[in-house]
Amino acid sequence: MLNTLAANFDLARLSLAPETTAIEIGAWAGWIPLFPLLAAMACGWMALRSGRPAARWPALLCIAGLALAFLVSVSLAITVGHGNAQVTIFEWIRFERLRADFAFFVDPLTSIMLLVVTGIGTLVAIYASEYMRGDQGYARFFAFVSLFIVAMTTLVLADNLILMYLGWEGVGLCSYLLIGFYYEKPAAVAAAKKAFIVNRIGDLGFALGICLAYLQFGSVEFAAIFEQVEALRTSGAEIPTAIEAIPFLLMLGAFGKSAQLPLYVWLPDAMEGPTPVSALIHAATMVTAGVYLIARALPLFLISEYALPTVAWVGCLTAIFSATIGMAQYDIKRIFAYSTVSQLGYMFMGLGVLSSVGATFHLFTHAFFKAALFLGCGAVMHGFAGQLDLRRLSGLSRVHGWQVVTGSMLVACLALAGFPLTSGFFSKDMILAEAFVTDGPGYRAIGWIGLFTAGLTAYYTFRVFFRVFLGPVHYAPGEEQHGGHGDHFHPHAPGPAINVVLIVLGLGAIFAGWAAVGGGHHGWFGSMIHHSTAAYEAPAGAAHGGFFSNPHQWMMLASSVVGLLGIGAAAYLHLYNRAAAERLRRSILPVARLAENKWCVDEGYDLLIRRPLRFIGHVCYALGDTLIINGLVALGGAVPRLIGAAVRPMQSGRLQGYGLGMAGGLATIIIIVWVML
Amino acid sequence: MTEPLSILALNHYLLLSAVLFVIGFIGFLTRRNLIIMFLCTELMFQAAAIAMIAFGAYHGNVQGQVFLIFILTVAAAEAALALALVVMLFRRRPSLDAEKWSELKG
Repeated sequence: MLNTLAANFDLARLSLAPETTAIEIGAWAGWIPLFPLLAAMACGWMALRSGRPAARWPALLCIAGLALAFLVSVSLAITVGHGNAQVTIFEWIRFERLRADFAFFVDPLTSIMLLVVTGIGTLVAIYASEYMRGDQGYARFFAFVSLFIVAMTTLVLADNLILMYLGWEGVGLCSYLLIGFYYEKPAAVAAAKKAFIVNRIGDLGFALGICLAYLQFGSVEFAAIFEQVEALRTSGAEIPTAIEAIPFLLMLGAFGKSAQLPLYVWLPDAMEGPTPVSALIHAATMVTAGVYLIARALPLFLISEYALPTVAWVGCLTAIFSATIGMAQYDIKRIFAYSTVSQLGYMFMGLGVLSSVGATFHLFTHAFFKAALFLGCGAVMHGFAGQLDLRRLSGLSRVHGWQVVTGSMLVACLALAGFPLTSGFFSKDMILAEAFVTDGPGYRAIGWIGLFTAGLTAYYTFRVFFRVFLGPVHYAPGEEQHGGHGDHFHPHAPGPAINVVLIVLGLGAIFAGWAAVGGGHHGWFGSMIHHSTAAYEAPAGAAHGGFFSNPHQWMMLASSVVGLLGIGAAAYLHLYNRAAAERLRRSILPVARLAENKWCVDEGYDLLIRRPLRFIGHVCYALGDTLIINGLVALGGAVPRLIGAAVRPMQSGRLQGYGLGMAGGLATIIIIVWVML
Repeated sequence: MTEPLSILALNHYLLLSAVLFVIGFIGFLTRRNLIIMFLCTELMFQAAAIAMIAFGAYHGNVQGQVFLIFILTVAAAEAALALALVVMLFRRRPSLDAEKWSELKG
């Protein structure tokens, strides 16, 4: 007995042995969510303790926590380099064969995501320390932002699907809390609920995908799953349908979180949250979690021949669909929200055409320029009392104190429009070129649609820029005026914290593109991704030769031309001849109206999904609840009541009556006994 | 211990007991006065007691008498209680008519 115990003990230690070597490198990873967690707890405590706007402590703690996490991420990225590391923080779920530890897996893809999340997070926290000043929920805001970084880094670092799901739901929760941050505003509450509920649909898919993966592979750990997937793929055996369904279920989760058709509707409404949140969560980081999920689980997506084409087509259609909506909106924050949906579409397109480098690189550059755009919008909103309507803002570049905002907005717009040599130019080209190279169902069409969408993107981006920042100076304050201003409205220019962050992000928007230029295949960035689990590339076609036969070369030219055409159109319609834009709108009024109304998708969902659901609910209520359940309960009450009504007259209240009754009863019993005997 | 009762003598006692009981019962049903009704129940009590001693004497044991002592004791206590209740009722409503206390009717 003792012997077998000892043997088991040794065995257990032996099985742990391989992990201990990896801890040497990966031990750092545990600190990344820990620092923001400490900040979140401290800020949360402050938020609970004092109702009035506290001193700057919450902001400082949050910035410190995120900056430390960023520094650890940098050192981790350097130490891990092109290798990978695995570290178990603690044992979490052990149930039969199910093994889901609180364990982190770090490879170059993880490193890049961590750098983006913590880096942009730190910048946004610095920005928010000024933007949110004077707000009632100052401490609450920073507690939620820190908590978001905890959840997001957990999601990124997770070495198994269940821990990833924990982070996934955590970011969903923080997103909900932050969209509904101004909970006195009905629109914000509605938007928060919408985001949460729409995400539920996607997350159901994700959860089912995890269950199915566990049932099929007997494990939820990425490493174990990938191993089996590789074995399955190389064996050439027929792949069971149940396994082929896994990527489709995971995809549903990704489409929900990353706001793709048909689940994109929550993201534009999510702009009800404070602008730093829109920049951090709803543009740069959380919404890219879906892209990350597919990139991380790419081997799993290769198992079904229809999975990646589906991703590509959904991304492509989302890109053009939301771009057309963005062209017709007037709220600048909403325009950029639709633009985010559209750019996420590009990322999925990239994954779908097997350009995992392009997709993750677009994620990387998009984080910079989209954060800069949103934070620029936030500065405008902050300075003009919540004004976001591009018809009521004009010529801001000539208002005193707005030069930094203008400059950073310009470079971010250029990057989004894919202007040559800016960051968005490189990343978008990589995706589009790959679409023309890779063989797949309709991938050429995807390439052409993507190219066309690039033109639309350039147009709507510069529509905002030319309207708001150039042209004659005139502006009207928004509705958030703090009383007492009267007719004399003075916009207040952004302070140093906002300006510094905008400058850093603006520089990133220009220069981040160079990360993928240089030696090797797609420079530093390419070599990072090629050493990660997402290192899959389509077998290169014969198309890599000569200028016009090599998409990687002519795409740069083509997309530059398309981008410049879009910018030119915007310049004509929204800078030199704004009356022409109005005439154009009136000449296609029905279409314009429809686009301004977001193609009536929300109304369509209302009609096709919400109304029928509510109808079913009413029917169930009337039949099931009112009739059956209430009926049964009422019957239970009616029976005793009837018996009571029948028996009650016997209680006459007369003593003699009771006596007679007693005697009668006794006599009856005696007679019965008599007869029986 | 005297000679046990003959079956004939037992019948006489039982007849007495039955007559007493019926008188008490009819009195209980026909009279409205609370005190009279109470006395009628006492009458029924005693009828039962007589039957018990008669059977005791018939079987030649003392258990009937033992029970009689018990019954008398309990009846005394119960009479005190019942009369106290009647006094309480009379204080609330100066009448001894049982008809007036019929508020618990259904």
